[in-house]
This record gives sequence, structure tokens and C-alpha cells, in this order.
Amino acid sequence: MSAESTYYVPEQSKLPIFASIALFTTVTGAGMWLNGSGYGPTVFWIGAFAFAAVLYTWFATAIRENMQGLNNAQLKRSYVWGMGWFIFSEVMFFAAFFGALFYVRMYAVPWLAGEGDKESTALLWEGFEATWPLMTTPDQAVNGAEATVKGPGGIFGPWGLPLLNTIILITSSITVHFAHVGIKKGNRKSFQWWLLATVILGATFMFFQAEEYYVAYTELGLTLESGIYGSTFFLLTGFHGAHVTLGTIMLLVQLLRSYKGHFKPDDHFGFEASSWYWHFVDVVWVGLFVFVYIL
Amino acid sequence: MFKKRLFSGLGAITASSTALAEDAQRWGVNMTEGVTDVSREIYGLHMDIFWWCVGIGVVVFGVMFYSMFKHRRSVRKESATFHENTLLEIIWTVIPVIILVIMAIPATTTLERIYDTADADIDIQVTGYQWKWRYEYMGEDLSFFSNLRTSQDEITGRSQKGEHYLLEVDEPLVVPTGQKIRFIINAADVIHAWWVPALAVKKDAIPGYNNEAWTTINEPGIYRGQCAELCGRDHGFMPIVVHAMEPADYERWLADKREEAAVLRELMAQTFTFEELMTRGEGVYQRMCVACHGANGEGGVGKAIAGSPVATGDINAHLDLLVNGVNGTAMQAFGEQLNDLDMAAVLTYTRTAFGNNMGDSLQAVDVYQFKAAQ
Amino acid sequence: MGEHHGPAKGLTRWLYTTNHKDIGSMYLWFSFAMFLLGGVFALVIRAELFEPGLQLVDPGFFNQMTTMHGLVMVFGAVMPAFVGLANWLIPMMIGAPDMALPRMNNWSFWILPFAFALMVSTLFMDGGGPNFGWTFYAPLSTEYAPPSVTFFIFAVHIMGASSIMGAINVIATILNMRAPGMTLMKMPLFVWTWLITAYLLIAVMPVLAGVVTMMLFDIHFGTSFFDAAGGGDPVLFQHVFWFFGHPEVYIMILPAFGIASAIIPTFARKPLFGYASMVYATASIAILSFIVWAHHMFTVGIPLAGELFFMYATMLIAVPTGVKVFNWVTTMFRGSITFETPMLFSIAFVILFTIGGLSGLMLAIAPADFQYHDTYFVVAHFHYVLVPGAIFSIFAAVYYWLPKWSGHYVNETLGKTHFWLSFVGLNITFFPMHFVGLAGMPRRIPDYALQFADFNMISTVGAFIFGFSQVFFLFVVVKTIRDGKKADAQVWEGAEGLEWTVESPAPYHTFSTPPKV
Ligand code: HEA
Ligand code: HEA
Ligand code: HEC
Ligand code: CUA
Ligand SMILES: [Cu+2]
Repeated sequence: MSAESTYYVPEQSKLPIFASIALFTTVTGAGMWLNGSGYGPTVFWIGAFAFAAVLYTWFATAIRENMQGLNNAQLKRSYVWGMGWFIFSEVMFFAAFFGALFYVRMYAVPWLAGEGDKESTALLWEGFEATWPLMTTPDQAVNGAEATVKGPGGIFGPWGLPLLNTIILITSSITVHFAHVGIKKGNRKSFQWWLLATVILGATFMFFQAEEYYVAYTELGLTLESGIYGSTFFLLTGFHGAHVTLGTIMLLVQLLRSYKGHFKPDDHFGFEASSWYWHFVDVVWVGLFVFVYIL
Repeated sequence: MFKKRLFSGLGAITASSTALAEDAQRWGVNMTEGVTDVSREIYGLHMDIFWWCVGIGVVVFGVMFYSMFKHRRSVRKESATFHENTLLEIIWTVIPVIILVIMAIPATTTLERIYDTADADIDIQVTGYQWKWRYEYMGEDLSFFSNLRTSQDEITGRSQKGEHYLLEVDEPLVVPTGQKIRFIINAADVIHAWWVPALAVKKDAIPGYNNEAWTTINEPGIYRGQCAELCGRDHGFMPIVVHAMEPADYERWLADKREEAAVLRELMAQTFTFEELMTRGEGVYQRMCVACHGANGEGGVGKAIAGSPVATGDINAHLDLLVNGVNGTAMQAFGEQLNDLDMAAVLTYTRTAFGNNMGDSLQAVDVYQFKAAQ
Repeated sequence: MGEHHGPAKGLTRWLYTTNHKDIGSMYLWFSFAMFLLGGVFALVIRAELFEPGLQLVDPGFFNQMTTMHGLVMVFGAVMPAFVGLANWLIPMMIGAPDMALPRMNNWSFWILPFAFALMVSTLFMDGGGPNFGWTFYAPLSTEYAPPSVTFFIFAVHIMGASSIMGAINVIATILNMRAPGMTLMKMPLFVWTWLITAYLLIAVMPVLAGVVTMMLFDIHFGTSFFDAAGGGDPVLFQHVFWFFGHPEVYIMILPAFGIASAIIPTFARKPLFGYASMVYATASIAILSFIVWAHHMFTVGIPLAGELFFMYATMLIAVPTGVKVFNWVTTMFRGSITFETPMLFSIAFVILFTIGGLSGLMLAIAPADFQYHDTYFVVAHFHYVLVPGAIFSIFAAVYYWLPKWSGHYVNETLGKTHFWLSFVGLNITFFPMHFVGLAGMPRRIPDYALQFADFNMISTVGAFIFGFSQVFFLFVVVKTIRDGKKADAQVWEGAEGLEWTVESPAPYHTFSTPPKV
């Protein structure tokens, strides 16, 4: 296929408007649900399924076009840029949460204890001490058992499950790389096995993560509600977990596609994009491991 | 640009012409110089930057208008073709940097001064509430709330607006002149900001954190300001009034306040007749409750008091609501804002007024015991 | 694969389209509708402020108007207008057949009407709509917010998704779709400024999504991000918000710089002075915009060192912006200038934006900002950079390119009437705000002390004049499209660029085979 062939501009498409309606339905349902409306869950799930269906059709269309040879090299580059900058936007999404974590640890918590530039704040929270992890909230320091926001009963050390999960994720980044090497060499079997291994590692990670959350809620009393430690812990690990789930699904789809005979040594962007996403998710985890668990 | 000139022009006219002096007052067009050293410094900074900006404007717009006039099509058929000049680019990068440095130096010193809250003579804790301020003289056992005094009638146009419309309070903050006063500022609910232009103090009141600011007032007088951070419905209605007195007067005021407190303590122990409670209660209601519940208890932001199931129900439940408020609504815990006597009075009043006709009452000591039991 | 198809017929043309020109038109019409809506909210504000006392609306509703006005203008009027212009112009300027990802392009647009329907519908919900300002500071927007805040949050989420996809599309188009020979340093400045704007968008819209997500969790899931009792900090909200918010204001002005840089050379009949330095200046502004956010928070009690840092960084932005202003002025210098409507708007843009920029510089001086902050002086500042800044540049662009889009010339008399009405109305509205601000009038209040009465009355009169002139603008545009004089390909004699090489109106598909540059 020559790079000079014309750029494929699709004719009309119903997908975008349907996607918009589905997205709108989803968030409206979510909002109703959170605000306690009885119809909320129904609306939400209708929207979510519709949205998933539209996305499925959308990707299927894009794949079909590619297989029909409509996409020239230039168009493929557009997809590459698109995915690249999408991942960058995700990086910034996490940056907001990491920023919040750093701010809280470096400024907010010490200030609440009257350290640094906000000496007189100590008057408000007598007895509060700045520690991280924050086990005793300012509220607790002042109101004791009456406090509405209480710190966690316990937290996780880094060297148990989290370390295991780190190893799992790093390994999965390596396996996905080998899968890439496989497809580039045209070795479909190797590609599929390595990809399968990656998907399994991803699922294992999620399993352990779920296990950790279960322990956190049932045994440690570490919840979203346990002060700023719980807040940052669950927001960061939770959104990361959601991204791992998404990444695993993306890789799984690529695996299924490969069983259907998709991908060529020089044409496998669907897989490549998923693998970039996977590496990104992995890097975020390393950040999490260092800043949430170790330090 | 000619707008900028209008700005300075207006300033010049108003400053030079005595006939217009009164208008200048009314048509306030510039920042106040204020009554503290810091406020004067800030005013000076403001005017300096302003004139720099005017100067830049004159140069930039001057060249522009010159081109628009001299180099318009009807005068100049052929345009020049130049489109680059590295030297020019460097010049107009460097000169602005120099101007900025000239501005930054005094700004830095002033800022350092503003941040130096050490060695204060008096500490006052300022707390923002929706929508009032509370002042606590630290180490003095003296604290009070300061509410908007402008009446609803003035606001809704049913009566003539007074001279200090919206900028008057029931109890101003009283401070001595010539002493360094440190404000320790925070908030009980949402973010507010304590701002008095004449003192050039503006500091956000953040719930859960204490911010500091300071002032030393040079001249006695009454200085008015407003809450400067959107804090909900009545953000526009929480003014600040600072009454600065000579230190001797201030001491006298303080002594009066101490005496008042002693009298109040005595009153608390007394028993009041129903009528006395009703009269006092009406006063409290007009001061504290009317903004949300209306002059006739008809409601507004708050629910109606007239016929309210609470005000016509169990008296202890009623007291509980007044003392502890209703969580998550504008109905605050008035337990710490009203003394026990006023609480008993307003409770008695609202149970009988507005056609509620309950006729029962509580004494200050009942409130005291209720609170103690909590 | 049949290109050179004309547009489809009927409603489905707009619903299903993948054509950058159709999508651009939809963006522009949507944006104009939002401008009127946001303008009506502004008129409610101005009407209430006509004289002291409470006359028309309840203070709670007034706050909702202020909030919605800010949100609708920023996210509904200015940003979509620029995206609309990007859609129309970037492919034509760089010789591309369309945007890089045409279906996603349509999706970016169609999310918007839904997002704003959701947002505006909150006004009719129990407890009213968002009433905490367009900056929605916690905890007023969390613990103390009306229940509709949940829908507001989700509206922001999907609107952000739309912006991010739009930005990705712009980047992919510019970096990947240029005609052979169109090197980066040959691109028109509008394309450059949009490229940089798109980067800003991708970098900060996710941060906005992050901060509303934290709000959502504080409201519904018991987290303590913005609650000191649990170890959080309300000010954390402001840091994250303004990390988004400050770059956001440059998102609303950089494309305007690009527009002025296209129009001024045309009517001065002289090439743009200092093209390269314009590019570098734009990039510097964008980079600096990430390290100045706390100038919106000078009074929240940031430690002295931080205060100084943010003050200096903010002041620095005046330097690259100055370079741009000087370049425009020098472009006009010794030109051969005519004053058609687009040029009038562009000149007013340069002058009035500079006034707004200079008042911004005054705000940047932290100690002085203690007096300016949260007063009408700030309101004056940002309306000067936004209304004669962003909005005037959009008017200029519409007058400049409308003949290319519609195939009809604009009647100059009508255009100039619109200009002068707007120019006068705007200055009457916003100039007095400097005075009341300095004299001490706080912003976001429905009622004010008596000494501010006269200027407020003037402002309100100006606002209605300005508002009326925008209805007139609608008339001008519709009249042009329906029965303007037939336009040539080269609409303006001095104009340069690929878009002028195609006929007017531009064919439905342009540059299906890349032009040679
Ligand atoms: C398009 C939008 C836009 C633009 C371009 C700007 C540009 C600037 N803004 Fe503005 N700003 C806003 C939109 C914008 N702003 C908004 C919406 C708010 C309020 C938000 C809210 O609270 O709701 C705000 C608020 C705001 C504040 C906070 C005020 C407060 O709340 O207390 C500050 C403080 O520093 C500030 C500063 C600046 C500066 C220094 C610039 C600079 O970029 C300006 C640079 C330009 C010039 C300086 C003029 C041209 C230069 C020359 C001719 C060269 C010569 C000059 C010198 C040597 C000085 N802005
Ligand atoms: C690009 C952004 C933008 C634009 C264009 C404008 C345009 C205008 N704004 Fe602005 N404004 C903001 C952004 C903008 N604003 C922001 C961010 C805030 C801060 C919000 C906050 O504090 O949170 C603000 C706040 C703000 C305030 C302060 C409110 C307060 O503090 O309480 C005021 C007060 O006068 C005001 C007035 C106006 C006016 C009169 C216009 C005029 O230009 C509007 C012109 C009017 C029209 C365009 C209407 C035309 C329509 C008709 C005449 C009716 C026809 C009707 C139909 C056809 C249906 N605005
Ligand atoms: C800032 C506004 C505000 C002020 C000031 C205020 N209230 Fe209220 N009040 C409310 C609101 C809002 C409610 C409704 C709470 C709810 O939703 O249950 C309320 C409820 C009440 C009720 C219960 C009504 C019912 O039938 O449920 C009583 C009694 C009451 N207030 C008395 C008072 C008194 C006495 C004062 C003055 C000392 C006062 N309030 C001051 C806002 C206010
Ligand atoms: Cu308190 Cu505004
Ligand atoms: Cu800013």
C-alpha cells in the first residue's frame, strides 16, 4: 500500500451521535443514582450498555476499514498520534491525584499540626500530630471517639501483596514486550502465548488488588472514609485498578482478535496501542508503589 | 488608550477641582490610601504600576495611532516590506524585563512586611460564619458576633436606605490605634475573606486552618469592609466594621465590656417574667433570626416559624434545635452564638409570637442545664 | 471510495457528518447560542445591579446566574468557537483533506449540546443549580452545595472528554496532515497558536476532571480531600483548580493571537513582523502558564516564598505577550492600512486586550492584589481580556472568513455598525468596573453599598447596548449568508494562505489531493 494513496475520510457515521446519547444517558443515570433516585441504576446501566455497544461497533468499524485496506500509512500515523496523546492526557489525570497526595503530605498535614508556616493552626486541632500515614485525624485528636472522621485502624506495608503486585505488573510489561517481538517476527504462536500470559498476569493483579481492598475494609478499617490517608490511598489505587481492568480488557480483545487471524508483522496497531497503554498503567503503578506504599 | 487617559483625567479633575470634590467622593474612582503604613505603601505601589502602565500604553498606542493615521491606504499607497529585525526584538524583550524588575523590588519589600506578623500587642481571633463574623479577644475572655444591621426593609426598598447601607453591624470590632494587632483568621463553615480596604488587610478565612494578618492603625475612626470570598447566599451581606480608638478609650471600652459580662452573669441567675422574656426575645429575633425566617416568622431561607411543628411542639426538642442547629442546612448551632438568657428569650418569643400561642417559656438556667447535660 | 460527494440532505447531514466544515459550522452556531444564553444570564446580573437594593432576583438565584454565566461563556461560548474555527480553517490552511480523525471530530462536537443541556438543566432542579461561582471552591461546592452539583460534575466530565478529543484531533491534524512543503515554520500563526493551545488542553483538562472527581468523592463517598477534620485542605482544591484554570485562560486567548496575526498583515498589506518570535512567544506563554496558577490565590495564605515565586513568574508573562503586541504594532507601521470590519475588530482587540493585560499585570503585584482581589477590578480585568480579547477576535475571524465559508461578502456598513455598537457598549459596560473595583466593591454580590451606585448604573446600560449589538450581529450573519454579494476566491486583496486559493464558498471537500506549497 503506498503512502501516497488518498487519506480515507469516512462518509457519514451514526456512531458519534449514538455515543454521545449513550454517554449522556450514562452520566445522567449515575447522577440520579448518587442522588438517590430509584430510576438511577436503570438509567445508568442502559446508558453504560449502550455505550459499550457503540464503542464495540466503533472499534469493529475501524478494524474492518483497516482490513479492507482503506487506511494508508498517513492515516495510521493519525491513530498513533491519537493514542499517544490520549495516554498523555491520562498521565495528567493521575498527575492531579499525585499532586494532591504530595500537597497533603508536604503541606496540609504538617500545617494542621502547626508546623511550618501555619503555626497558629495548632490552636484549632490541639493534640494533633503530623504523621504519615495519618492514623489519627485532626478530628479525632480533638474529639476522640466522638469524631466523625476517624483514621484507619491499620494500613498495608509495602513488602507483602503490594510488592508481589509490583513484580506481577513489571513482569507483565516484559511479557507484553515479548508478545510484540513475536508478532513483529511473524511468530503468531509466540505472540499469542505471551499475550495470554500478560492477560493472566493482569487478571492476577486485579485479583490481589480486590483481595487487598477486602482486607482493608473488613479487617483494617481502612476505607474511603478514614481520613485523608484512606482518601488518597483509594483514589490512587482505585483509579489505577480501573485502568488495569481497562488495559486487561484491551489486551484480551487483541488476543481474541489474533485468534481470528488479525494482525500482520507490519500492521498490528490495535495491539501496539494496547501495549503502550499497558506500559503506562505499569509506570503509574511504580509511582504508586513508591509514593503510596513505600514512602 | 484614551480610556486610560480618561482614567487619569478623571483622577486629575477630581483632585484639582474643589467644586467636584464632593462628586469625587461619591464617584469613588481609585483605591483608598487607607490609614496604616502598609496601606499607604500598597497605594503607592498601585499608583506606581498604574503610571508605568499608562506610560507603556502611551508608547504602544501612540505608535499604533500614528501608523493608523499616517500609514493608511489613502495616504500611503505602497507598504514597506520589512518583516524582521533581531535587534528590535531584543530591545523590546529587555526593556520590559527591566521595567518588571523595577516594579518587583518595592513589591517584594512590601510583601515581606505584610508577612511579618511577629510581636503583636493584641491577638484577635476572627472567625467567618455564614453570614457573620465572630471576634474573640484572645486572653481577654471576650468574644462576640458581629451581624449586619441594615434592615430587610432597606434592602427590599420598603424604606429609605441609610448612609452606611449594607456596611453597618450591630457590634463593631473595637481596637486601639498605634498598637500592632494580629488577626488570626479562620472559618466555621465555608471560605470567607476578611477585608477592610482602609487597613489593606484581606485574608481568606479557611475552615480548619488559621491564617494570620496584622495591622497598626494610625488614625482613630470607623473603617468598613466586606466579606470578599463567595460564601453562599448572603455573601453580600456580611460586612465588617472596625472601630479604632485611642488606647485610653479602648481600655475604657474593654472595662465596660467586662462589666457588661459581669452584669450578664448576674442576670443569668435571675428569673424573668414571661413579658420580660418576650421583649428580650423579640430583640434577639430581630437581630439574629429575621434574615432567614422573616419579620413575621413567615420563613425565607429558613422554614416558617409561624405554625412550625418544632416551635409548637416539645419545648426541649425546640431548644435542642436552636442550640445544635440542623446539620447541613443554614440553620446553625446557635448554642455558641447566643448566651443562655438570649436563647431562653428567643425560644420563648418564637413559641408565642406569630400566632404560635404556646405561652410556655424557659429560663436561662434551663438552657444552661440543657447545655451542661450534653 | 467516493470523495467529492456533496453534503447529504436534511438533518442527518448534521447528525452523522464527518466533514470538518460541517462540524466547524455546528461548533460556531452552538457557540453563538451559548454566547446569547450566557449573555442573558449576564443581563440578569446587570439588571439586578442596576441600582442598590434587591429588586429582581433572590440572592441565591443571583449566585446561580453568576456561576452559570461564567461557565457557559468560558466552556460554551469561547472554547467551542475556537474549536469551530480550528475545524474550518486548519485543514484548509495546511492543505489537508479533513481533520485527522473525522468521526471522533463529530463526537467531540455532539457531546457538547448534551453536556450543556445537563449543566443548564441543574437550574431547574431541587435546591437550584450550582451557586458557587465558576471556580466552584470547596467546601461551598461540596459539603454546602445543592444536590444538583452531582450533575454539574458529570457535565464537566463529559465536556472535558470532548475538549480532550478535540485537542488530540487538532494535534494529529497539524503534525500529520500538512501538505508536502508545508513545514512547521511555514504554517500560518493561527495553526501554530492552535497547536500550542491543543497541548495546553490535553495537559489541563484531565486535571479539571481530576479535581471534580475529588469533589464527587468528598460529596458522595466520604473522602476528606477538602476537609481539614480528616487531614485534607480546602485550599488543595484551589491549587488543583487553578493548575487547570490559569492555562485555561490562555486557551481562551492564544487562538485569538493567531487570528489577529492573520488579519493585521492582510489589511496593513505588509507581512507579519517577527513571525518566528511570534511562535516562540506563544510557546513561552504556554510554558509559563503552568507555573503561575497561585496568582489567583494570593490571599489564601501561601507562605512568603511561594507568594514571591508566583508573583515573579506571573509578571514574566508580560514579556512574551509584549513581544506579540509590539510585533502587531510594527506590522502596521509603514503599512498601507485599510479599515474593513475584520481589521477594526483586530485593532480594537490589540488595544483593549493590552489594557486588560496591563490591569492583569497590576493584579500580579501580590501586595497590591490584596486590595484588588475579588473586587470588580478583577472583573474588569478579565472582561477586557475576554470580551474585546477572545470575543472580538472571534468576531474578526467571522467577518474575515465568512465570505470564504458562505460565498457571500458581508455588507461593510452593517459590519462596521456592529463594530461601533459593540465597541462603545463594551467600554461603557466594563470600564467603570475598574473604578468601582478600586473603590472597594466586591464581586459576586447581588447588592452593594450606595457609593457604587452610579457606575453600576452606567455598566448596566452599557451591557444592554452591548447585548443588543450581538442580536444585530446575528442579523448581519444571517443576511450575509442569505443574500450577500457573491464572493471571489481571493476575498481580501492582501490576504495570503492556502484557504484563499480555493473558490468561495469553499467546496465541501478541499485538498483531497494535497496542494504544492
Ligand atoms: C483570556 C483570558 C486572560 C488573559 C489573557 C489573562 C492575562 C493575564 N492575567 Fe488574568 N484573569 C483571567 C483571564 C485572563 N487573564 C480571568 C478569567 C481571571 C479571573 C478568574 C476568576 O477569579 O474568576 C483572571 C484573574 C487574574 C488574576 C487574579 C486576580 C485576583 O483574583 O486577585 C491575576 C493576578 O495576577 C491575573 C494576571 C494576569 C496577567 C499578568 C496576565 C498576562 O498574561 C497579561 C500580559 C499582557 C500585558 C502585560 C499587556 C501587553 C504587554 C505589553 C504592551 C508589554 C509591555 C509590558 C510591560 C513591560 C509590563 N489575572
Ligand atoms: C468569555 C467569557 C465572558 C464573556 C463573553 C462575558 C460577557 C459579559 N459578562 Fe461576564 N463573566 C465571565 C466571563 C465572561 N463574561 C466570567 C468567567 C465571570 C466570573 C463568574 C464568577 O464570578 O464565577 C463573569 C462575571 C461577570 C460579572 C460579575 C458577576 C458577579 O461577580 O456577581 C458581570 C457583572 O456585570 C458580568 C457581566 C458580563 C456582561 C454584561 C457581558 C456581556 O458581554 C454579555 C453580552 C450580552 C449578550 C451577548 C446577550 C445578548 C442577548 C440578548 C440581548 C437577548 C436575546 C435573546 C435571545 C435571542 C434568546 N460578568
Ligand atoms: C442563616 C439562616 C438562618 C438563621 C440566621 C436562623 N435560621 Fe432557623 N432555620 C434555618 C433553616 C434553613 C431552617 C430549616 C432547617 C431544615 O431544613 O430542617 C431553619 C429551621 C428553624 C426552625 C425549625 C422550623 C421547623 O418547623 O422545622 C426553628 C424553630 C428555627 N429555625 C429558629 C430559628 C431561630 C430562633 C433563629 C435565631 C436565633 C434562627 N432560626 C436563625 C435558617 C436560619
Ligand atoms: Cu462570607 Cu462571603
Ligand atoms: Cu491566571
